[in-house]
Amino acid sequence: MKYIDEFRDQHLARGLAAAIAAAARPDRQYRLMEFCGGHTHAIFRYGIADLMPANVRFIHGPGCPVCVLPMARIDHAIALATAHQVTLCTYADLMRVPAGERRSLLKAKAAGADIRMIYSTADALRIAREAPDRQVVFFAIGFETTTPPTAVAARVARAEGLKNFSIFCNHVLTPPALRTILTTAGPDGVQVDGILGPSHVSSVIGSQPYAFVPREFATPVVIAGFEPLDVMQSTLMLIRQLNEGRCEVENQYTRAVTEQGNRKAQALMAQVFAPRETFEWRGLGFLPHSALRLADDYADLDAERRFAVTIGEAREVKGCACPAILRGIKEPTDCKLFGTVCTPDNPMGSCMVSSEGACAAYWSYGRFRQPRA
Amino acid sequence: MTTNRRFAIRLDLEHGTVDMSHGAGGRAMAQLIAEVFYAHLDNDLLRQGNDQALFTPPPGRLVMSTDGHVISPLFFPGGDIGCLSVHGTINDVAMAGARPLYLAAGFILEEGYPLKDLARIVASMAQAANEAGVPVVTGDTKVVERGKGDGVFITTTGVGVVPAGVTISGDQARPGDAILVSGTLGDHGVAILSRRENLGFDVAIESDTAALHGLVAAMVAAVPDLHCLRDPTRGGLATTLNELAQQSQVGMRIRESAIPVRPEVSAACELLGLDPLYVANEGKLIAICPGARAAELLAVMRAHPLGAGASLIGEVVADPHRFVQMETIFGGSRIVDWLAGEQLPRIC
Repeated sequence: MKYIDEFRDQHLARGLAAAIAAAARPDRQYRLMEFCGGHTHAIFRYGIADLMPANVRFIHGPGCPVCVLPMARIDHAIALATAHQVTLCTYADLMRVPAGERRSLLKAKAAGADIRMIYSTADALRIAREAPDRQVVFFAIGFETTTPPTAVAARVARAEGLKNFSIFCNHVLTPPALRTILTTAGPDGVQVDGILGPSHVSSVIGSQPYAFVPREFATPVVIAGFEPLDVMQSTLMLIRQLNEGRCEVENQYTRAVTEQGNRKAQALMAQVFAPRETFEWRGLGFLPHSALRLADDYADLDAERRFAVTIGEAREVKGCACPAILRGIKEPTDCKLFGTVCTPDNPMGSCMVSSEGACAAYWSYGRFRQPRA
Repeated sequence: MTTNRRFAIRLDLEHGTVDMSHGAGGRAMAQLIAEVFYAHLDNDLLRQGNDQALFTPPPGRLVMSTDGHVISPLFFPGGDIGCLSVHGTINDVAMAGARPLYLAAGFILEEGYPLKDLARIVASMAQAANEAGVPVVTGDTKVVERGKGDGVFITTTGVGVVPAGVTISGDQARPGDAILVSGTLGDHGVAILSRRENLGFDVAIESDTAALHGLVAAMVAAVPDLHCLRDPTRGGLATTLNELAQQSQVGMRIRESAIPVRPEVSAACELLGLDPLYVANEGKLIAICPGARAAELLAVMRAHPLGAGASLIGEVVADPHRFVQMETIFGGSRIVDWLAGEQLPRIC
């Protein structure tokens, strides 16, 4: 595959591994948080952790939109599909995420709710066009990467006058999550020496929004692509920053990310969405200005305003360590439920479900089964 | 006999549709059977016209297998539910090292399904059965109300006879055995996906659907002490290897670099977030044989058109955990686990 295989070249990987081994000073630790689930999976899928010296350690960050979605939001979506009998269009990742009282979208679908798995916002629009007598709700989720496509869907629905289409908005913002992780870092929180910064998110927002990280938290950032060589090269760049006492935002993922990002996408987002005062993140709590809602101009497309929903208080499964895992304080194998009652076939927390979740990565690629080096 | 019955007005195979009377057991059903099923699948045993086929099996041990097909879409690049339902069951029978003899077919049709498409499916079944030399000798038709089915579901059952001295079973893998695959992986699943209405990307990938009994016969003739054969359908290579490891109580080590995957399949999987190791195949097999026979088996497989892309992908090892481990292209190692949940619904 062109532009993919080049970033998975095993000879280059060995060279980078040797360079990292040479650069890492034996007298110190390098605790590096990879922000995104995409990084986490590259690390496990390609066995990158095996190629690192013992004092270079990856800490998994909260960059998995499904994992940070609080249970109440899934309950809300189920209520839309059952109490209001809407056609709910969702990405496949969300289908198996546990909701309150051991429910899930998958189980609601089996019980008769009209829930459709889609691959893009265009599918949701098509479904709405084809069934004008049904209310069709798009379950919008994701960081800044998936927000522009939702904005486009809103604009298309508006332009076409699709009266039966609305958006259940769960878009969240990356920088506030990063700030929270770093604010709570320290003896009681996670200890992080450097950050492998978001890849696809940064192609939209640019590298500039991370400037606060070195400035306020004296922690270096390297924007890192999702291919295994990207992750390795970024790791080397972070190690060099730390060795040289530099502390800045560097960009490894130059083939997609600029300092300013995608201005057009940003303008689109600003037009269709507005920041929420506060939003709950699973594991991180309520964070101010950390999520988006539909802007007042687009309020008629907001499923939360169109359909009144009351849901009970959602309770996480007792013993689920997802919150600590999402903050980087615990590893999946530290959770009592991991691999016992909680598996991808029977997930208790969303970190075990999502293809970007740390627990799913540990489980799928079997790291927990191998003795640690 | 039913086959010779003439009906005053022939079925409208251009514009007609299936209706409830086609499954009611009356004259309309007899006509559907005569003008659609017998017309294509005709053979001596079917023409007996009974509710069962009567035959004398050849000497030897018999194997029997059944397989339901609920694929969506019914027509896909490289095949359709008709030929798939023939290949699927022939392969399940052949994976015991058997020579498939006969097939039975059960149809569940949805009211309103176009007769034209049904005839196309039955013709494709007939062609597949003819090419394989394995006739459909008995069958059944039911019709369900509109909305209660999805066009056509087909269940096929097959019987076959196992040559003397051949003991192929999923519990026979032993440490030191070699693991081979007959060709590229993931073609079927990606071909199906490419035709799903909500994807519609254009890839030049066709399903690999094929009857593998000819390849199996050549393999069994050359290496009769083959230990395991299995076709990696749903769940793909990864799931099938885990099944075999569990059944034989062994572990496996495979090499990512030796696993054949077409670049187009690899690219489509990349785009959709799928792993080709978990994507379905309908014309590939996994063979496990004593390590010393691997080179010979590989040569025999490669000499057959359906095994031209065969590859030796790894070895069976002793492992109390029954893990399937893979050496990644990076030289790291990872576990290849069972498929969790449903990667792609209704793939066969």
